[in-house]
Amino acid sequence: MQRSRRWFLRASALWSSALVACRGKGEAPAAEPRALGAAVSPYGSRSRFEKAARFFNQNTKVPLEEASSRTPLHDTYGIITPSSLHFERHHSGVPEIDPATHTLTIHGLVDRPLEFTIDELKRLPSVSRIHFLECSGNSGSEWRGGSADSDVQRIHGLTSCSEWTGVPLALLLRECGLRPEATWILAEGADASKHARSIPIRKCLADAIIAYGQNGEPLRPEQGYPIRLFLPGWEGNSNVKWLRRLEAMDQPAMTREETSKYTDLMADGTARQFTFDMEPKSLITRPSGGDTLGGAGVYELTGIAWSGRGAITRVEITVDGGATWQAAELMTPVLPIAHTRFRWSWKWDGRDALIASRCADDTGYTQPPLPELIKVRGMNSQYHNNGIQAWKVASDGKITNGNRG
Amino acid sequence: MGIAGRTAAALTLALLCTAPLAGSPEQSPSFAVGHTPSPEHLKAIDIEVTPDGKGLAPGSGNAAAGKDVYTRRCETCHGLTGKEGPQDILVGGKGSLASERPLKTVGSYWPYATTLWDYIRRAMPFDHPGTLTVDEIYGVTAYVLFMNGIVGENDTLNQTTLPQVKMPNRNGFVADPRPDVPVHRK
Repeated sequence: MQRSRRWFLRASALWSSALVACRGKGEAPAAEPRALGAAVSPYGSRSRFEKAARFFNQNTKVPLEEASSRTPLHDTYGIITPSSLHFERHHSGVPEIDPATHTLTIHGLVDRPLEFTIDELKRLPSVSRIHFLECSGNSGSEWRGGSADSDVQRIHGLTSCSEWTGVPLALLLRECGLRPEATWILAEGADASKHARSIPIRKCLADAIIAYGQNGEPLRPEQGYPIRLFLPGWEGNSNVKWLRRLEAMDQPAMTREETSKYTDLMADGTARQFTFDMEPKSLITRPSGGDTLGGAGVYELTGIAWSGRGAITRVEITVDGGATWQAAELMTPVLPIAHTRFRWSWKWDGRDALIASRCADDTGYTQPPLPELIKVRGMNSQYHNNGIQAWKVASDGKITNGNRG
Repeated sequence: MGIAGRTAAALTLALLCTAPLAGSPEQSPSFAVGHTPSPEHLKAIDIEVTPDGKGLAPGSGNAAAGKDVYTRRCETCHGLTGKEGPQDILVGGKGSLASERPLKTVGSYWPYATTLWDYIRRAMPFDHPGTLTVDEIYGVTAYVLFMNGIVGENDTLNQTTLPQVKMPNRNGFVADPRPDVPVHRK
């Protein structure tokens, strides 16, 4: 309700600025503030008029230390997610870690086991990369025919995009003298449950980062302060937060998080394991479920597309349930393994419509309709839904989840 | 070669050689940061257990002993018989994985018994991880496996026997075949 009102208000705000433009010269705008504003401050905060917030279900048996919170995709712009709105998924709460005493230990199949302080990691050659991070459970409620939650944040809010700064893991492994028989690296956090995942060595040597920076400042505690493993394009769970230890091994450890969880159950009862890639996906975020359009006319359709395997090359929009598709405009920057913003002007005729986006990446993969994924994987795979999200626009302007039959 | 020459050669060798003198803390060779972790530090953090049993601590337990630990430390979250919740269901679900409503439990889904021991030591009980003794971990592992009909009530689990436990879904996992849907190259 609040959201649909906001959508309408935005349109009327445009109208009032048009009125302002018509006002005679020399007349002071009535609402211009005349009193002194606030003084400078040490750490900024947003306007008190802005309310976008992460969503989490409080009415659940899941303890909130083991819960997730979702990014308000409808109310974010561009490609960067504010750190304060980055989605969360913790397994035993957010630990408070003193960077002065926290260390990263690299051991196992290396010639020189080494323990690094955070200050030492920051003295090493660094990289800064803009990448999305998505939980593999994102959009998981759609596998069984579309969720009753019709809102882009609740359905798809477990993806966010940040600039991550840190040390390439390959550099640290070189310093430690990684042995050729090392094929996996166990990454382990310092949280209460000592979250642990086994990572294939090729990823560690390719583009893995030991990140200490997010969007120009130190990582937020919810994102692994003071350091996390960052694996571009790979499922969120493997990007171990509060990283304390990396052990080079000749086999995966088969931790709980890579056997009983984060494995994808197929219809035949087998389960796919080590499904790390986040495949190409796109969403129309505005307008989307929960919005109400204020009558026929032109609307800005905008959303995000991303691929864990490369750069987005194309986003297309349908407003007739997939019968025809038109190319959307990709807004710069278009970066590999990053949220990519797209836009398209829609002239709505005021009739029932089914709108959706689909994307393609530079490997040639095109985002499939969800039924195609279900045909191959069944309805129980829980993770890795990158199917097309449709939104149903009713003639009264109300928008709901178009994935529901 | 004179003494001076030998000393110079030895020094050169020492400089070239990356191995440190015994007991001296080593650093990253290119950037001279970091230090060799102490054996105590490594012992404290090197906690994972692999399917071959490497990493299991010496000790033992059986289901009969583990029942008491389960009742005191696990039952509130996992239920009287491991089937009630409210948190993860531990028992049952055998044969359900290919059905419309699969039930993924330790008995029906977990491929390795060592993972159970590792996870209990690593993360359980949820609100007080790290408070079970090694024998309690063996005992409660045995009890969860016993409730699933995988071990007997008096079977002793230890460093040798736990890795030998054959889990029903041991061969239920496959590698990632994606992309698994037709790609529409233009």
